[in-house]
Amino acid sequence: MLSAMWLLPYMILGGIAEALISVAQNEFFYSDQLPNSLSSVATTLSGLGMAAASLVSSWIVTATCRSWITEDIDEGHLDYYYWLMAALSLLNVVYFVWCSNSYDQNSPPSPDLLVSTCRGKHQRYIGKVKHAVFHTQKTGRKRVIVSTEQNVVASLDLRHGEIFWRHVLGTKDAIDGVDIALGKYVITLSSEGSTLRAWNLPDGQMVWETSLHSAQQSKSLLSVPINLKVDKDYPILVFGGGYLHAVSAVDGELIWKKDFTAEGFEVQRVLQTPGSSIVYVLGFIKSSEAVVYQIDSKSGEVVAEKSVVFPGGFSGEISSVSSDKVVVLDSTRSILVTIGFLDGDISFQQTRISDLVEDSGKAEILSPLLTNILAVKVNKRTVFVRVGGEGKLEVVDSLSDETAMSDSLPVADEQEAFASVHHEGSKIHLMVKLVDDLETVLLRESIQMDQHRGRVHKVFINNYIKTDRSNGFRALIVMEDHSLLLLQQGAIVWSREEGLASVTDVTIAELPVEKDGVSVAKVEHTLLDWLQGHVLKLKGTLLLASPEDVAAIQEMRMKSSGRSKLTRDHNGFRKLIIALTRAGKLFALHTGDGRIVWSMLLNSPNKFCERPSGISLYQWQVPHHHAMDENPSVLVVGRCGSDSSAPGVLSFVDVYTGKEISSSDIGHSVVQVMPLPYTDSTEQRLHLIADTNGHVHLYPKTSEALTIFQREFQNVYWYTVEADDGIIRGHAMKSSCSGETADEYCFTTRELWTVVFPSESEKIISTLTRKPNEVVHTQAKVNTDQDLLYKYVSRNLLFVATVSPKGAGEIGSVTPEESALVVYLIDTITGRILHRLSHQGCQGPVHAVFSENWVVYHYFNLRAHKYEVTVVEIYDQSRAENKNVWKLVLGKHNLTAPISSYSRTEVLTKSQSYFFAQSVKSIAVTSTAKGITSKQLLIGTIGDQILALDKRFVDPRRTLNPSQAEKEEGIIPLTDSLPIIPQAYVTHSLKVEGLRGIITAPAKLESTTHVFAYGVDLFYTRLAPSKTYDSLTDDFSYALLLITIVALVAAIYITWVLSEKKELSEKWR
Amino acid sequence: MSLSSSFEVDNLCNVDFNLMYLLVEFSTSADPSDDFRSAIGYAAKFSNIKVVLNGGQHITFLRPDGYFTFHKVPAGTHLIEVHALGYFFSPVRVDVSARHRGKVQATLTEIRRSLTELVLDPLRPEYYYEMREPFSPMAIVKSPMGLMVGFMVVVVFLMPKLMENIDPEEMKRTQEELRNQGVPSLSSLLPASR
Repeated sequence: MLSAMWLLPYMILGGIAEALISVAQNEFFYSDQLPNSLSSVATTLSGLGMAAASLVSSWIVTATCRSWITEDIDEGHLDYYYWLMAALSLLNVVYFVWCSNSYDQNSPPSPDLLVSTCRGKHQRYIGKVKHAVFHTQKTGRKRVIVSTEQNVVASLDLRHGEIFWRHVLGTKDAIDGVDIALGKYVITLSSEGSTLRAWNLPDGQMVWETSLHSAQQSKSLLSVPINLKVDKDYPILVFGGGYLHAVSAVDGELIWKKDFTAEGFEVQRVLQTPGSSIVYVLGFIKSSEAVVYQIDSKSGEVVAEKSVVFPGGFSGEISSVSSDKVVVLDSTRSILVTIGFLDGDISFQQTRISDLVEDSGKAEILSPLLTNILAVKVNKRTVFVRVGGEGKLEVVDSLSDETAMSDSLPVADEQEAFASVHHEGSKIHLMVKLVDDLETVLLRESIQMDQHRGRVHKVFINNYIKTDRSNGFRALIVMEDHSLLLLQQGAIVWSREEGLASVTDVTIAELPVEKDGVSVAKVEHTLLDWLQGHVLKLKGTLLLASPEDVAAIQEMRMKSSGRSKLTRDHNGFRKLIIALTRAGKLFALHTGDGRIVWSMLLNSPNKFCERPSGISLYQWQVPHHHAMDENPSVLVVGRCGSDSSAPGVLSFVDVYTGKEISSSDIGHSVVQVMPLPYTDSTEQRLHLIADTNGHVHLYPKTSEALTIFQREFQNVYWYTVEADDGIIRGHAMKSSCSGETADEYCFTTRELWTVVFPSESEKIISTLTRKPNEVVHTQAKVNTDQDLLYKYVSRNLLFVATVSPKGAGEIGSVTPEESALVVYLIDTITGRILHRLSHQGCQGPVHAVFSENWVVYHYFNLRAHKYEVTVVEIYDQSRAENKNVWKLVLGKHNLTAPISSYSRTEVLTKSQSYFFAQSVKSIAVTSTAKGITSKQLLIGTIGDQILALDKRFVDPRRTLNPSQAEKEEGIIPLTDSLPIIPQAYVTHSLKVEGLRGIITAPAKLESTTHVFAYGVDLFYTRLAPSKTYDSLTDDFSYALLLITIVALVAAIYITWVLSEKKELSEKWR
Repeated sequence: MSLSSSFEVDNLCNVDFNLMYLLVEFSTSADPSDDFRSAIGYAAKFSNIKVVLNGGQHITFLRPDGYFTFHKVPAGTHLIEVHALGYFFSPVRVDVSARHRGKVQATLTEIRRSLTELVLDPLRPEYYYEMREPFSPMAIVKSPMGLMVGFMVVVVFLMPKLMENIDPEEMKRTQEELRNQGVPSLSSLLPASR
């Protein structure tokens, strides 16, 4: 007798399993877990699996176990049948476990800000420091106020270098001066002396803002009187735009202004003598006449005025050496002129530089403000000249090395001291001397630098009283690589890598493969540890965890994920971000924790060029992943000087070690660098570099590369954009260069086509092509009604946006009737315009992104006075007859047929426009390894946040009322504006201040993409546009799974016992 | 609270205005969650807010009383955007009249509403994080999985009770009838395929 109750546990288990699997499967397929293109396929595939299983099951029943299943259960062996089923299921379980083990359990990380040295310190960047003012008087927190070339004003903690507060001003709002007034306000002068702002010193809140009148361009000057620190009656004096303004420090009220525009008077110095309300204003008229005004600082009235013409003329630099004397250079830069203006009287005294130093050339006055001392740079030597009582000059000291100096600083006993810093090898020498007595060295320190940072650019010193009542000094120095260091007591107290605030180009590189023998972080724990860990995680998911538990979970996650390891991982999550900065320094940042793995300052092989500026970065050598022993390398293209015709410098840098493999001075200019789709046998990529003469040069300069190139000689095309003239030209190769200087790697070119835009109606404001390394998964797009559209996927498409010349200015400067925006899609091989779309009443700036067969661009609609986003998708019509999906599936289509730009293909474009509620700084698109995952647009908004917007929202096929079939395909009903969902900000509540660019790179895991954004701040995160459908999340609770299984087993046991009992009682009945 | 009527006249063809607006204090009705309050910081509430004119042409900051000013704005149509973490502000279209001095018209472009007094307030708060649902047993029961399990439990324990209520003789009769209809096929006996 076999009880039917035996079937009960099987049925329960089967039911639970069914419930679990069907819900999970549906979630998996339909709720955005899979890319849209795969979801319906996957559903049908699972149905196919069911069908196959049904077939197999009936086959098993008929073929093998006929005799076990009989009409009367007691006669057959139904149990055998179920044993067989159990065995098969066990096999399946083994297979499932193997599959799920192959899944990596790493999760996408919570986004974190890349920090300079270590995680959790939450450091942001400010940029290269221009001015620094110390605030150490009070006993409270010691701070230094800095303003930078990136238009940042910030308050830094002097002890640790952390940012107390900072403000990034607008791009056109360059800071001219910064100072502290009344002991509680930070005063900044910006926008060429036309905007004066006061910020609250402790928290950075803006207190007042005053717009100053400016009529002409002139240099600007901020003068905060020393008296102001105690007495409120003295105003802040500001010169800018031809006006001298006196502004009250308390509320920013304009007290008086003096118009100097008429005479062309340029104020050079404003001297406020302590204890007197008379302000001396010294300036030049047309660089040849010196004028001194005495102005009453309370009323703005001119008390006295005196002008003397100096026949030799002045050059720009001026050094004020005392309260009544300044020294300038004459226009030939060979005579030093001391101008005394004691009591409003002007006297000149001329001294030839050749009288002071031998072999003198052109001189240059260095900027520091030193009392009674003048620093002059002659012949790469810094000469200190003492200015005597009657304007007599004598040389007191000279330094042969390039030295940076600070302003002088009052120290005890009415003496003034200044600091000078120069570097020697890997050391820097800091000296603090008394101004009156250069022999007295108050401080002499040599500090070992941990890395090469180049020369010292700027020094700011500050003194403090030591416990033994002697003077101590701290120096803030700005290095050539823009880094900021605080030196105190012979050591670097802190340093900030401010070079990273001006990243110019970024590429993403692989880490080394983990080799055998290299110790791997210990993974295996005891079973108890493992269980404990999972119990903790369970607590976390059930929100029962205490704060300590949460910390423990965090730590465990950090440890288990091994995020900061310096080896390649299975999913391609750990990579190196190689960033080139404007200072010509290369940084490698680890994606795991954002630390700097290595950094390298570019060197110039050319002796005449001090330090090349970095332009761009290319992947030079990417060894195939089987070639483990080869290190990849990047090509850094630099330039000696700022002019585009300046000679270029190439540098090849090993990505793993950060060492420069070689560098070369290429002897020609760099206009355009074109990576070619060919590599040589050592996997070096061929690059073409175009120079200003219209020649191109092939790199690497090897015969092998030349052979490869000559084979493809006819197939190399490129284009140039002359935005100012409105011309786009297409070029092809012609022949080798002739002339004695040319080598065999130089080629001449011929012009194939030109597109000329009418200059009176169109001005090029933006051009864009696809990323050359982008992967396109499928060329065909299946419509709802089963017909196919073939994407026009061409690498040679150029997107060009032009506006009417009137509309090229700012928003608000043009009426809708006057401006039109026209976009073009141009084939860069033939110059054929594939598509032209005109937007009347619209203007730039245009921000665009180009991927696969679509362009999305953002511009301003003047009529609606809103921003708009338009998508243009381009399809190939010539292959439209292959409408049959079956042909595509069975491979009988002509997708593999070569596409030639010359076969004038018919194209079909679709476009649609939407409103967008924000200004945009940059747009990028996610990129994944195989291009299967659906794409997201990454929109860097004016608020310095990054918004992820599904590509489905910018789909020209959106209609107001999509049909059922279209809805199933995932087409969203058309709305007039794109949604801004706050949760879709990938930066969450962080800001990437001063955002300039967004870079994406694929991870090895198809679902995931790396996102790196740079500006003044750096930001890195990993995104999964369609969620991580190919890996389990880190939060996955194995303990919950375990508990469920245990509970099920217990339930089975209990029901078994119950059924036994019942059976027994049945029998006894 | 009103537009500053001050404008400067340099020469007759160049009239520049100062645009002055009050950014309203965030209303307490749209109460942001606690982590937003800390993200913005109650004390330094205004210090992280930027006001942008014409997509970056000018950037200004708020004064402690919530006012902000754009100086030297020429006549024409302009766009003001406010960026405050945690809040969404509609861009404002500002028409500065060239003919009538100081006449300024402001419109919220997102909701197409013109502003009578120059006070900007946030359209809505923005929450950048999704709140995690707290664990509750009801949520598990209410999930499709839980419903299925519950139904199964009901069936397992109630069906036998129903069976007991059926008259045994009637049961026998039905079974006879079924048998007479023919031998049931194998597939209907088996819980096939699944």
